[in-house]
Amino acid sequence: MRGGFVPKLLVMMPVMMICVFPFAANQEVKNLKYSVVDNDRSQSSAMLIHKISSSAYFTLSGFYESFDGALRSVEQSEADVILEIPQDFERNLVLKNPQSVMLTANGVNGMKSSLAVSYMQGIAADFVGGMLSAQMPASEANINIELKPYYLFNPRLDYKVFMVPALTVMLLTLVCGFLPAFNIVGEKEKGTIEQINVTPVSRLAFILSKLIPYWLIGFFVLTFALFLAWLVYGLLPAGGFLTVYLSAAVYITVVSGLGLIISNYASTMQQAMFLIFFFMLIFILMSGLFTPVSSMPKWAQAITTFNPLKYFVEIMRMIYLKGSGLNGVATRLLSLALFSAVLNIWAVISYKKTE
Amino acid sequence: MNRFLKFVHKEFLHILRDKVTMLILFAMPIVMTVLFSYAVSSEVRNINTAVYAPGRDYLSSQIIEEFCAHKYFSVKRVVDSPSELKTVFDDGEISLVLVFDNNFAENAARSKAQIQILTDGTEANSAAMYANYAQGVINGFISRYNHLDESAPVVSVSVRMLYNPSGKSEYNFVPGVIGLMLLLINAMMSSVAIVREKERGTMEMLLASPLPPLQIILAKTVPYFSISSVITVMILLFARFVLGVPVAGSIMLLVSLCLIYVFLALSLGILISTLVKSQLAAMLISGMMLMIPTMLLSGMMFPIESMPAILQWISSVVPARWFIAALRKVMIQGADITLIAKELSVLVGMTAFILAAAVKKFNVRIDI
Repeated sequence: MRGGFVPKLLVMMPVMMICVFPFAANQEVKNLKYSVVDNDRSQSSAMLIHKISSSAYFTLSGFYESFDGALRSVEQSEADVILEIPQDFERNLVLKNPQSVMLTANGVNGMKSSLAVSYMQGIAADFVGGMLSAQMPASEANINIELKPYYLFNPRLDYKVFMVPALTVMLLTLVCGFLPAFNIVGEKEKGTIEQINVTPVSRLAFILSKLIPYWLIGFFVLTFALFLAWLVYGLLPAGGFLTVYLSAAVYITVVSGLGLIISNYASTMQQAMFLIFFFMLIFILMSGLFTPVSSMPKWAQAITTFNPLKYFVEIMRMIYLKGSGLNGVATRLLSLALFSAVLNIWAVISYKKTE
Repeated sequence: MNRFLKFVHKEFLHILRDKVTMLILFAMPIVMTVLFSYAVSSEVRNINTAVYAPGRDYLSSQIIEEFCAHKYFSVKRVVDSPSELKTVFDDGEISLVLVFDNNFAENAARSKAQIQILTDGTEANSAAMYANYAQGVINGFISRYNHLDESAPVVSVSVRMLYNPSGKSEYNFVPGVIGLMLLLINAMMSSVAIVREKERGTMEMLLASPLPPLQIILAKTVPYFSISSVITVMILLFARFVLGVPVAGSIMLLVSLCLIYVFLALSLGILISTLVKSQLAAMLISGMMLMIPTMLLSGMMFPIESMPAILQWISSVVPARWFIAALRKVMIQGADITLIAKELSVLVGMTAFILAAAVKKFNVRIDI
């Protein structure tokens, strides 16, 4: 291939994606920082603070004399939550007078702050419960229930496992969908496409001759990515390599079709670039790759039914994590095949019209 | 100066003539900002739940009632046999399963009963969240049940949410989306524009003109800067009036921050254009290679504090990270300039560095 740049990119990107980004891409909320305004300074308040700091979730950012000082720490992004312990905290605890501690959270990140609040509440409730139960025997009417969460198919909730199959999707989309489109539009721009149209080469042959090299490259890149996933994480597709390659083959025809459609409508590389960027960004962000589809509002979820990436992401995840073979992914694979048919027919039709 | 203005004028005409690109440039950011502010969220909306409670006793029924009544949970299915549990996640409808043991109520009262909370680990991000919420609901039920005889809890926790009382996720994501869009659009526009001249061979003509190279570069970017400014204002207006994201801080500060960032992105595009020979490469670098680190490491979607140390370090090289942090502070927290001083100086520093590198590379090219 001309231009030593593109092959370098095709090697670098899988390495970058698979080795680095799964470590970054998770939503776990850890290392929440909190500031304390302790108006009581008693042993009890110290114990409460100690309990919070020793939990895995919170790191103490600092002690402040007043709320305003603590607020400044939030504004400076040095703390996410402010805990205010009222005066007479210990005294009221002993006398069993109702009292409240005040939590002020930086609400900008709604999820982070609501998780921070619920963790704090949990710790505070634990603290109080610990103090109380030391004084009171358990009542006869109490029920005792043990909760066991199980995360099926991914017991340790390993985020890396979660991401890796999904990231191979992005690679394939790029290589087999968009690169051929650029190639074709590039020729349009340079005018070399006119020359081809004059030759006896049929349009179908022309298109295939453009696509097939990229398909081959796509398979190489995929194999390389799978190899890396095994090398770095020891991940193997539990559902079998055949399922992976078959699904990939269908998916490749889908994105090629999309690329062809775009190349028909764009007359300059710049237009193609923006159009592709537009679609790629939408597809990626609305595919469930980074954020779950179930978190989207209903209308957005409806839109995702038209997103081929979503199906392929699900297929890859199922193969790697659930060990689904052809049976398991059959319905989604059929949806992809349908996409492929529709898109490629559209590509053919729009090609004829624009000529 | 006159020549400079003429150059700028010529660039403007070039751009304006390309109607398709203009349409995309203006419509796309809006569409994307809206789409992603709603679509990119980790909010819990509706957890479709299935239950398996063979004993059907009063206690498990009460707990199931709690879930039915809870706004986050939707009890959709009753599982009749243990073998069904293996396939309950297959069709993708159910996100969480509650499994009560046999003789649940009896065990709970006499010794210890068990509830298994099953989630689909293939959606690791949501699985943990759902399980946490479910545990919260059950624990809430237990403490209410066990303390029915006692007075109200001795220590209550009152909560106040700053800046975002209703906890809308748009507040967090919209600045992120703006950061991504502004960076990509500007970098792509400027890099491709310059490289296109190189490819067509018209670059030599430009360089033969009496303008010094730096002015040529600036002449190319001024039109894009103006267009970007209009787009930026459009996005901000949209965010404010359609998405309901507030602008709590000073508008002047907000706009200045955005313009600095736009200039940074344009400079980045220029630098890229000096490094590559083809439009394709320019597009790939400015589009794909900028997009991925920005999406993953800028804090727009994934919290930076949750990343391993080395990635946090790399994140500080991503311009979008600083812009998004500052934008959040100004838009939502109403911060004044002192609170974003660090971010601003980093952004300005980066711009200066990038521009200097671009000019240097540009000069080197000419000598060859």
